[in-house]
Amino acid sequence: MEVIEHDILLVGGGGAGLRAAIAACEASPDVSVGMVSKLYPMRSHTVSAEGGAAGVARDDDSLELHIQDTLKGSDYLADQDVVEVFVDAAHKELTQLEHWGCPWSREPDGRVSVRFFGGMSVKRTWYATDKTGFHMLHTLFQTSLKYDRIVRYDEYFATRLLVRDGVCRGVAAFDLRTGEVKCFLGRAVILATGGGGRIFPFTTNAAVKTGDGMSLAYRAGVALKDMEFVQYHPTGLPGTGILITEASRGEGGHLKNKHGERFLVEYDYGVGDRAELGPRDMISRAEILEFEAGRGLRGPYGDYVHLDLRHLGEQKIDQRIPFVRELARNYVGIDPVWEPIPVRPVVHYMMGGVDTDVDGATPGVEGLYAAGEVACVSINGANRLGSNSLPECLVFGKRSGEAAVAYASQGASEGPREALVGQAQAEEARLDALRHKVGGEKIAQIRRELNSAMEQGCGVFREEDSMAACVDSVRQLKGRYADIGIGDSSRIFNTEIVQALELGNLLDVAEAVAVGALARRESRGAHTRRDYPERNDADYLRHSLVRFAADGPRLDYRDVTITRWQPQERKY
Amino acid sequence: METQTRKFEILRYRPEEQSEPEFRSYEVPCMPDWVVLDALNAIKDDIDPTLSHRWSCRMGVCGSCGMLVNGRPVLTCAAFVRDYEGTIRVEPLSNFPIVRDLVVELDDFVHKIQSVKPWIVRKLEKDVEQGEYRQSPAQLEEFKQFSMCINCALCYAACPVLASEPDFVGPAAIALGHRYNLDSRDEGNAERYDAMHGHNGVWSCSYANECSQVCPKHVDPAMAVNQAKLTGALQWTGILPKKSMT
Ligand SMILES: Cc1cc2nc3c(=O)[nH]c(=O)nc-3n(C[C@H](O)[C@H](O)[C@H](O)COP(=O)(O)OP(=O)(O)OC[C@H]3O[C@@H](n4cnc5c(N)ncnc54)[C@H](O)[C@@H]3O)c2cc1C
Ligand code: SF4
Ligand code: FES
Repeated sequence: MEVIEHDILLVGGGGAGLRAAIAACEASPDVSVGMVSKLYPMRSHTVSAEGGAAGVARDDDSLELHIQDTLKGSDYLADQDVVEVFVDAAHKELTQLEHWGCPWSREPDGRVSVRFFGGMSVKRTWYATDKTGFHMLHTLFQTSLKYDRIVRYDEYFATRLLVRDGVCRGVAAFDLRTGEVKCFLGRAVILATGGGGRIFPFTTNAAVKTGDGMSLAYRAGVALKDMEFVQYHPTGLPGTGILITEASRGEGGHLKNKHGERFLVEYDYGVGDRAELGPRDMISRAEILEFEAGRGLRGPYGDYVHLDLRHLGEQKIDQRIPFVRELARNYVGIDPVWEPIPVRPVVHYMMGGVDTDVDGATPGVEGLYAAGEVACVSINGANRLGSNSLPECLVFGKRSGEAAVAYASQGASEGPREALVGQAQAEEARLDALRHKVGGEKIAQIRRELNSAMEQGCGVFREEDSMAACVDSVRQLKGRYADIGIGDSSRIFNTEIVQALELGNLLDVAEAVAVGALARRESRGAHTRRDYPERNDADYLRHSLVRFAADGPRLDYRDVTITRWQPQERKY
Repeated sequence: METQTRKFEILRYRPEEQSEPEFRSYEVPCMPDWVVLDALNAIKDDIDPTLSHRWSCRMGVCGSCGMLVNGRPVLTCAAFVRDYEGTIRVEPLSNFPIVRDLVVELDDFVHKIQSVKPWIVRKLEKDVEQGEYRQSPAQLEEFKQFSMCINCALCYAACPVLASEPDFVGPAAIALGHRYNLDSRDEGNAERYDAMHGHNGVWSCSYANECSQVCPKHVDPAMAVNQAKLTGALQWTGILPKKSMT
């Protein structure tokens, strides 16, 4: 078996992974970084982020305000010490990206422009028209190319962390082109594998967002934190789930029901008089309530509402949100200059993830770090504010890259080589067996049933019975997954094996979401229960932690860190 | 919505089992709003799990899903089934070696992108604490279009020069190098000169303009090549310095 060694190993080459890799190189002149990614880095889903990235930029703004907005948006479930670190670094990171060439949109005087975003009380969202994530990712990827110490393993799929006695020193991954499993050894491993929105059927998330890193860490003994909080974005295109960015509302767009009413203004949904600039959880709930009141419009993919941009005019649309026009025209045949766009709530983002501290280190497994959407460092709490997660990738990507280098250079041992290679060999045997696996179940069928169980049990509004049924279904599907059959036994670019492994990861992630949701008997942020409609700070101002055990997940809780800001009623 | 059954002919190649690529046909019930990629996924899920193809974002921005559809390079997530009549033929991108089925070998393409040094080069870097570089909207406009490339490689599949001169650095890489040369923050023009204007650089281009015609993001790489030829010529004759142009 081929053994590949680097000081630092990264799994994932999206916004967080690339930022971590560059930070590691800058932290030490001779560190070598191996970057394992199942996609070419510039294909990572960071590419699809549209609206922008938040960081204090103007005189009418302050760090204090960005912190307050983030905490309120989180329904006070974010850790306040971590939010302070985040806000303090976010604008610097966005400036750093500017220095690296990111084509931020500009003011006439040459300064970077900022726009409004939901739940942000002033303009602080930096943007590159409405392809912010695309430009950030390509800027990071291109900048990373100048470091020949970053060695990329593109289209390698990581299947297992190599951990011995609670210390992580490597990862097993296979090269899609040859099917060969390789043993990667390093003194620290950083997971930057992104989210897992694909546990749901209707999502803005790419096919590859299958929660792989969450499952890897979970099975290595790290807890998954706050998994029950799943963000629905209020403006997805029916059918495809393609996102219409919140920037369309930041730039002045309106949401309307079938009577043409701006329902967020007409009815009391708690989003305040800035209505369309309210936070996502509240607006998604308002849309569902409109549907239930019979005020939605009906289409082949269920109910929807209208996103009306007509009053912005063609010039502003083309200047500020041209991609919205391109997407609406291409995918629903509607030109927003002349017609409103049909939209509905769509699964978008996972607030939860791998439990980490403020440097990305995972409690319990030494040498293992996580950053970006895969992680829950806890700045998003129960509801992320739009445009906070791109800067999250940068801030905590950088911190974990630096922390991993510090750890690796402070005498971290090499690890028991034979034992680690042995684990990778066991992984090779497992994958060999999988390629020839005979069984009665089909991957696509189990995935569909999983998707529908999650939609029914863990949607925008939740209830005890449907969540309990969801937990049961996921458990049964896990059992049936053991009996899948594989039709393709070849080694070269076998995407059926990829799908089989991804499905296994989806099942782990889905179970953690459902178990966390069922146990949280309150409504907070994106977790809304009809049977427990109120927030309950006395019992649940706590992070949930789901841990892997052979006989099913274990759940416990940890207090939220409160420093200077006492939880208040969340009013807009 | 009602499905309509459509016939697809897909070039299959599994090197462990086949010596040569060959077409295989599939009848696929398609929804009226489907793109070609949806049909490929339906084949993979329900008809033939051995089909391999790349995709991710399915919204035309990650650049994974480029293939030939009826002989033309397109993003399959943006090519609607309803826009094609009769049998739809899907093949891997031309001018690239096939790894398997619809998956082509892209490492050479990525090396070419890297060869033009697509990053900001400066003699003196500014500290983050000092804030951003000022760049006017007009200066941004100078290069913006060339920064829209999603690395989908459709232009490489369409390029007649690459068909005969595989070492040509190619349209997307030149557009990207040119993008950095035009950026008011950059001083790396001289460092890019060899890759852009050397043996396999812009002068190989015969201006067939095929690249710009297939580009899904209106990057217009042919224009970048032409502009780069002009500045290169001026640099070569000494009218413009090879170093910083700003
Ligand atoms: C449509 C859309 C729009 C958005 N818009 C915004 C916005 O405007 N502002 C904002 O702040 N946020 C936005 N977000 C959220 C934000 O884009 C993401 O949270 C963020 O980009 C995630 O980045 P990441 O680096 O963590 O993961 P990703 O970019 O998803 O990268 C994951 C990486 O991990 C690799 N990987 C995964 N699994 C494996 C494995 N098993 N083996 C090897 N490699 C693996 C992948 O190849 C990839 O390189 C948006 C999200 C979506 C879906
Ligand atoms: S220039 Fe256009 S066609 Fe070529 S790789 Fe870039 S986006 Fe694709
Ligand atoms: S799947 Fe991303 S461009 Fe087509």
